[in-house]
Order: sequence, then structure tokens, then C-alpha cells
Amino acid sequence: MLPTLSTKVLLGLLEKALAIRRFEEMLVKLAGKIDVGHFHVYVGQEITGVAALDLLETGDLCFTTHRNHGHLLARGADPALMLAEILGKSTGYCGGRGGTLHLASAQLGFPATSAAVGGCTPLATGAAFGMDRLGSDRVSVCLFGDGALEEGSYHESINIAALEKLPLIFLCENNSLEALGQKAGEYPSSTLAVVRLTDLVAPFGVPAITIDGCDGKAVRDGMTEAIDRARSGEGPTFIEARTVRWPGNRPLWPALVTGETNLSMAWDETVIPEEFREWHTTQDGVLRFVREMIDEGHATPETVIALDELVQDQMRTAENFALESPYPEPETALDLVFAKSGSVP
Amino acid sequence: MREILYAEALVEGLRELLEADERVHLMGQYFLGLTSHRELMADVRDSFPGRVYYPPIAELGYVGAAIGAAIAGLRPIVDIATASFIFQAFPQIVNEAANIHYMTGGQTKVPMIFHFNHGIRGGGAAQHSHSPQAMLWNTPGLEIMAPSSPYDVKGLLKTAAESDNPTAFVDHTRLFDVIGPVPEDDYMIPFGQADIKRGGKDITLLASSFMVQLALSAAETLAEQGIDAEVVDPRTLVPLDEDTILESVAKTHYLVIVDECHRRCGVGAEFAALVVEKAFSDLRAPIVRVSTEDVPVPFSQTLERYIEPTEDKVVQAVLRVLS
Ligand SMILES: Cc1ncc(C[n+]2csc(CCOP(=O)(O)OP(=O)(O)O)c2C)c(N)n1
Ligand SMILES: [Mg+2]
Repeated sequence: MLPTLSTKVLLGLLEKALAIRRFEEMLVKLAGKIDVGHFHVYVGQEITGVAALDLLETGDLCFTTHRNHGHLLARGADPALMLAEILGKSTGYCGGRGGTLHLASAQLGFPATSAAVGGCTPLATGAAFGMDRLGSDRVSVCLFGDGALEEGSYHESINIAALEKLPLIFLCENNSLEALGQKAGEYPSSTLAVVRLTDLVAPFGVPAITIDGCDGKAVRDGMTEAIDRARSGEGPTFIEARTVRWPGNRPLWPALVTGETNLSMAWDETVIPEEFREWHTTQDGVLRFVREMIDEGHATPETVIALDELVQDQMRTAENFALESPYPEPETALDLVFAKSGSVP
Repeated sequence: MREILYAEALVEGLRELLEADERVHLMGQYFLGLTSHRELMADVRDSFPGRVYYPPIAELGYVGAAIGAAIAGLRPIVDIATASFIFQAFPQIVNEAANIHYMTGGQTKVPMIFHFNHGIRGGGAAQHSHSPQAMLWNTPGLEIMAPSSPYDVKGLLKTAAESDNPTAFVDHTRLFDVIGPVPEDDYMIPFGQADIKRGGKDITLLASSFMVQLALSAAETLAEQGIDAEVVDPRTLVPLDEDTILESVAKTHYLVIVDECHRRCGVGAEFAALVVEKAFSDLRAPIVRVSTEDVPVPFSQTLERYIEPTEDKVVQAVLRVLS
């Protein structure tokens, strides 16, 4: 369902969801032409990121993972600076030092992005600890995959967060539902003895909910409540947002197996091909969001197409910017190992 | 002799160990990382069902479990995949495995191998490019093998499997494509025996793991300029064949060390200390180290290239030492 919001706000959310989708599609296409290296895309999870992170305010902090592109875009990152970073250009968010695995923008509330699975949980917990002790009402959001629950760092972190009632939201994006897993010879994701991920939360006395990550309203409502709890000193919340793994994520390297998203599938059943029918009709959160926008009178096919064209235009600009940007000067590799003490902004 | 790929020799070694001893189990099964050779492992996985364990993303847990299993009599070969993930397992490797035999007064053994692919592989950035062998070398109680050729990887692996000590298998994805002779018959390479990968009289290039290949290409380039470099590969860091290194320096009188660790306290630092302590009078010029700059490994290719050891840097270092 759609979150209960004005048409204008909903269109804003849709624009961000489309931006993520088109950004990732651009990246996968680009990787077919030039060597982009290994990367992880957020296709299929857009509605979770957009509906959840839109609620954050300046000063709230997010700690994400290797699958971070969508999270930054959801908080308004500039796709040009993102792509530049992914291509290792000097104009990128981290000056080319981080790349796709470590996209970070302190200004947007992403102070540090760890690509070690489970790396972000203690960091996010610590940020909540710091904000709590500093008496601020800002919250910390830990964005992580189901796989990170296999690492000990999660269990140590939630214990600390629960004991200290920290202003923290564990937003666990479970994208393993359709993953065939390592038994089929694929990259492993979830290998857990627990039946429900939230079983790993209950013993700590932390409220936990499981929601459909493509349900904008469920994400929005769950996150609203979690943020309220955090801001009012009631402690952490755990949200498991479930999404079906995009078929293009199944190979080790993402591939546009479902093609570039044809948004008219949202209003015209006849253009949906037999292959991946289930994906297009029920599992693709972006198509579902568009469908709901149209059904509830917030948009028409024409407004959606116009919005998409705007977004695609931005992506073309971003691509040109990133491709034309220079690589960093080699000698600058030696800079920035240490901070200049006393120059904290 | 037949010539095969490094990746093939590694997989062949694993397979033969699994065939020879029921107590050998694989815990983790990537070994070949995400390289194009990774399918070579599929056959091993299929041939030994029940002896290949697919762990959760829990390095502390499963590497520690391998240590415990070794105590109980299994002979696990653990794959940590990317070397950087070893830090998740450090408490069990450094503070448990390495100490156990000594701390128990020799009562308890930890016969296990832990394999990881170290180093800069291109675009891995700061969290997927570590070379932790120097940190491990600073941990008494661990044996360390760091092969650089198809022949060495298989022969050393066989010896590691016979060892009753925890053994680090320092590997590098950039080695997988190296081709070289490997006998069909079984063979072992004893630990603590360096190999002269290329004989020469003008200068010694001391390197391990993938850096040996870099040193060999540099030696070819130097040969065109009339400089005859000797390339010494210790093959194992623990135990270390000091004699071969010192003999080479005594012969050539000049030394350049090539090491992928960060310069400060890297493997190269220990090599340099060894030669200065034991063969100072043989040296006719200061030792030069070519190593990774003391910065976290950057993502961008221009930055990465700038901080990593390259063939050209080795050539320049040699010319500097000899000038
Ligand atoms: C400590 C550590 N171990 C292993 C890896 C390799 N790795 C990268 S992504 C990944 C799977 C992560 O699954 P999940 O947390 O569910 O995130 P998803 O990719 O599904 O979004 C693994 C094992 C890593 N990056 N860090
Ligand atoms: Mg996952």
C-alpha cells in the first residue's frame, strides 16, 4: 500500500525510487562497456530505502554496506558524484578513494560505509551511543543485509543498544527470499539456523517487526514508530524489510536479465513478457508503487513517463559528468591518511 | 614435464589431500575467489560431499571452529577468502591457535591450514586489499607459506597438511594465471627451503608470493640493460631459510626487497633487518625496499597504481642501488 501522504510527497518518493532504478540500470549497462569492477545494486529494494530514509532529518546518521547506492540516493545524493566515485574519479564523493563499496557523504548523513559484512553494526551502535551521551535527539540507522546477522558483531551490538536504550534503528534488508543460496553454487547470503530473523531480536527485549519491503506504507509506518521511539529515549527498534531478490542479482555480477524497466508494465498487462512475469507483476517494488499511484489517482501514465524522462535525463548528465571527470592525481594517494587535528567542522 | 596453471595446481593439491586422508575437510570453499578459475573448485565440492563445509558469514566462528576441530583430530583446510576478512577471525588465530601448543606445555596440537587471498587485486579498495602476512609473522606459533608458482603451491600445500601446527597459506589471486611445470607424481616441498627463482650475479631481488612474479619480470627488463639479477623466493616465512638469502647477498652484494605489505613493519622490514644483522659487511649499498605505501589501499586505479609495487618501481630501485 501507499503511505498516507500528499500526491506531491508521493511523487517525490517515486522520483527517488526511479532515480535508484535508473542509476543502477545505467551502471550495469556501463559495466558492459567499460571495466567498472565488482559492484552490488539495489534493484528491487528501492521502496524500502526511499520510504524509510525519507523520514530522516539533518544530523541523523546512516551506516550502510556494500549495497549502499540506493541508500545514498534515497537521502538525495547527486548521481553524478556517485557515479564519479564508482568510476574512481577525483570528483566523486570520496575523491575516488572509496569506490562503490564505500560510498559515503558525511553531509548527507553517511559518515563511513563499511563493506565488511557486519562492519556497520557496531559503528551504527556507537554513533547512537555518542549522540545519546552528547544529549542530542539525532538517531542512528544501521542498514544491513540478512547476511550480517551471521556475524557476531550484530549480536554484540544489539545487546549494547538494548542495555543502553540507544537511539538506533536496525533496518535489516532481507533480500534472500528468492536466493537459491550457496547450495546451488551461488554466492552465499543467508545461512542461519533461526526460522525468523526477528528471533534474533526478541531475547534482547528490542521491539521487532517484519514487513514487506515493497510496501511503502508498511515501511513508512514502521520507520516512523522506530524513529519516534529512538528520539524519545525508548531505545532501539529492529525492522526486517523483506524483498525478493531481483533476478539480475543472481549471477555474481549483476545483469539486466529483466531488461531496462519498462514502466508501462505498471498499467498495461499486455506488455509484460512471460519470462520473469512474477517479478514484473508482483515482486518489483517500483512497478508496484507506480501501479498504486495510478490506481489511487496520484499519477497518470503520462505524469509517470514525464517524471521518468526527467530522471533519465539526470542520469545521462551524471554519466557524462562521471566519464569526463579526471582521475585523481596519483601523488594525492598519500594525502588524507590522518585528519588535521583541531579542524573538525 | 607437463605445464599447468597455478589455480589448477592448487585445486589438484586440495583434491589429492582430500583423497589421501579422511580427516582432511574443507571449511569454506572459495579458494579461487571470484576469479574466472573459480569453477575449478566445483568438481572438488562435488567429489567430497560431507567433507566440504559451507560456513555462514561468520569468520570468527568458523575459523575458530576449525581450530577446535583440529584439536579434536580433524585436519581442516579453512578458506577465509579475501585476506581482509581474516581480521574478523584474528582473536581465534592470533590469540588461540598460535598460543595453544606452547601454552599447554606441548600437550595440544592445532593441525590446520588457513588459506586467504591477500593483496591488491584491482579496485578492492581499503577493505578488500590487505596483506596480513606481516601481522601473522609477528605472531609466534604460526607457520607461514607464501607460494609463487604452480610447482610451489602444490608441494608446499602437501607439506603444510602434514604439519601439526596452524599454518597460514598466503595466496594471491594474481598468481592463478601463472603457468609452470608440475610433476604428475606426488612430491612435497619442505618448509624452510628458499628457491632461487632466477640465478644472477649483480643484485639480489628478495620477494615472496605474487611479488616474486613481479621481481621476475623486472629481472627480465634489467637483463636487457645488462644487469643480471638473482630472484630469491623464501617460499615459507616460518620457518625462514636465512642461509639462502644471506648466501645470495654475499654473492651479489646488493639487495632490493619487493613486498606487497605496507612498508612500515612489513615482511620486507624483517627481511631487511635479517640481512643488516647478519650480512652487513656483504652489502656495498643500502638496501632498498619496494613495498606498498603506508596508506589504506585506495579504490581509484590511478591511486592504487601509485601506491602498489610495480615492475617499473623494482627496476628503478635496482638502478638506484647500483648507481
Ligand atoms: C567480513 C566479510 N566476510 C565476507 C564478505 C564477502 N561478502 C560480500 S557481500 C556478502 C553477502 C552479504 O549478504 P547480505 O549481508 O545479506 O547482503 P546482500 O548482499 O544480500 O545485500 C559476502 C559474504 C565480506 N564482504 N565481509
Ligand atoms: Mg542479503
